[in-house]
Amino acid sequence: MSNPFRGFYAVFAKEFLHMRRDSTAMVFALIMPLVQMTILGAAIDTNVRQVKTVVYDASGVMERAGSTEGSEQSRAFVDRFRNSDTFRVYKYVHSDQDLNAEMVSGRARVGLKIPFDFERRLLRGETAQVLVLVDGSDSSVAGQAVNVSGAIGLDESLQRMLPPNTQVPVEIRPKVMFNPDSRSPNFFLPGLMAVLLLFVTTMLTAFAIVREKERGTLEQLLITPVKPLGLMMGKLLPYFSTGLTEMTVILLFMRFIFQVPIHGDVVLLVLLAMTYIFVNLALGLLISSRANSQVEAMQLAMGIMLPSIFLSGYIFPRDTMPLIFRGVSYLVPATYMLEISRGVILRGAGLLELWRNATVLLGMGAAILMLAAYRFKRIVV
Amino acid sequence: MSAAQSSAPPNGHAIIAQGLTRKFGDVVAVNHVSFEVGRGEVFGFLGPNGSGKTTVIKMLTGLLPPTAGTAWVDGVNVVGDPETVRTRIGYMSQKFGLYEDLTVRENLRFYGQVYGLQGGELTRKMEETIERNLLGPYVDRLAGRLSGGWKQRLALGCALLHDPKILYLDEPTAGIDPVARRKLWDLLFDLSGHGITFFVTTHYMDEAERCSHLAYIYFGSIIADGTPETLRRLPEVSPAGTRRYEVATANVTSALRKARTLPFLRSATIFGRSIHALVDEKVPAEEFGAELRRIGVEVEEVRPLLPDLEDVFVELTYRRAEAEGVPA
Repeated sequence: MSNPFRGFYAVFAKEFLHMRRDSTAMVFALIMPLVQMTILGAAIDTNVRQVKTVVYDASGVMERAGSTEGSEQSRAFVDRFRNSDTFRVYKYVHSDQDLNAEMVSGRARVGLKIPFDFERRLLRGETAQVLVLVDGSDSSVAGQAVNVSGAIGLDESLQRMLPPNTQVPVEIRPKVMFNPDSRSPNFFLPGLMAVLLLFVTTMLTAFAIVREKERGTLEQLLITPVKPLGLMMGKLLPYFSTGLTEMTVILLFMRFIFQVPIHGDVVLLVLLAMTYIFVNLALGLLISSRANSQVEAMQLAMGIMLPSIFLSGYIFPRDTMPLIFRGVSYLVPATYMLEISRGVILRGAGLLELWRNATVLLGMGAAILMLAAYRFKRIVV
Repeated sequence: MSAAQSSAPPNGHAIIAQGLTRKFGDVVAVNHVSFEVGRGEVFGFLGPNGSGKTTVIKMLTGLLPPTAGTAWVDGVNVVGDPETVRTRIGYMSQKFGLYEDLTVRENLRFYGQVYGLQGGELTRKMEETIERNLLGPYVDRLAGRLSGGWKQRLALGCALLHDPKILYLDEPTAGIDPVARRKLWDLLFDLSGHGITFFVTTHYMDEAERCSHLAYIYFGSIIADGTPETLRRLPEVSPAGTRRYEVATANVTSALRKARTLPFLRSATIFGRSIHALVDEKVPAEEFGAELRRIGVEVEEVRPLLPDLEDVFVELTYRRAEAEGVPA
């Protein structure tokens, strides 16, 4: 008989007044993500390039005592390293101790040692060995260094073995789709969008209700005929507009400052992202049903956000996760938003490919909202 | 719904509580509380902190279902239809429940809308409230910038905007200045003349004196219920065969010491520049004064005295504590 959304309009209209009065906080909520975006977009390059490399070229030392130049063959070989984008030779050393010291101190990530018999063995047709020391403390750098140095060695060997003007039997021609230049911002920023929306929108609703608890106005509200769902929706919808503004600003920044091309339909992206914003706002309400102070709300939100970042596939690919974590990642809303944003922006995916993600998010949001409303019904006791 | 909840005896009273009981786990916070509040009464609900006042208010506003017993507010059962109850009542807490970053007008509009007022009716009610509470000069000021007394006026305005039949005031004057306190009470009496019933909790005895009806709750039970006048005449408070006098004297401390040597004096305490004494009934005022002068007390005046409410509640609390073996 009674309207379950009773009081919605009163709370809704009032919330806009709060937003207007606290405009600095609103601006801050919009600016903060841009700062983070700038840091991640400009500073982080996940492509391994220009790895600091130290060279100890001992080739020919025995033949020409005192020489530090290496041999003709070894210099040509080191040049192949220098000409690759992966390595940057910053120093030559003249002893094993010095080579080792550069590695241990961390000044060099890669150490290249050409032994004294390098040229002699090559000219005799024997196998010449080259030592490549790799600092394993950063696994992506190590992996790339091992692969590229291996490829250089293999290429060098092939050229020496094949007679001149012969064709290689098999040739691999890689084509990187969607992000042909492997630009890091193209990969990072669509994911970052999901993370930033999570941070900002969740806190908006969480704080909106916790502030009323702190100031004692919630106690007053609960004695009025306002219904829990009316209160929830009245708090949620005004911040929905903030979330959309946020998203627009992020998109503009990404497209025009960082030049990330959007291959799909922007309108579709925004429409699908609305389901994600809805989930986050509902999550904020759920947090506020538990937290009694803004500090407490912040801690609870962090407890949700950090696992979201790691499990959603934003940093580590979900495919390589142990099964149990991959299972948990299906419960993380950001997982679905990452699919949506990377899908539309990078792969040009459409509704056909992405409607499932949006449907799951919509369901999650509704469930969380009901749970929050239920918890508010019991808060008075 | 049990028969007890639906069989309504709404006999025209504003509030009827029948055996209200609330347990939290094994703790009985409110134990068989029954009372009736007539329309237009200013009902003072008193008791020490933690005695169950807030729990009773929560049950009477439909926020908290009773474990046993029931209540009717404006003829509506709080257990059966708490939603309707909420539309008939107003509530003002010690914290006022105002939004400090909203203006006076915005606060009023919000609370009006919450109670379903809209359009011309809302505007009319708001103007009425602004006029009645003299809020005119402050309508566009942020509530947070108002002084305590004006905040309270605004809070009262917000609570009354929707014309509630019953207004609950939970320690409404804690922490505001005496002038604002006096003005609030004048306003309450004015409004009660228009048929609004007030349910007020307070710790101030002078405020209790002004109520038309009082109940005192102690450890979850009502131990006194009546007008201030009836409570002062309770036999437990004024034991049979005794009477009270107020003795005005220049030096109260030495007077008290000397007075305590008189055989017919039961008890005596200092109240400002006078002594309140409980003496045997057979001693009239003139004889008491003469006896005091005989032992060297400079008596200015001896007046017969009814116990004040503080005496009443202290006495009742001690008696109950003694009977139940709990610390007072």
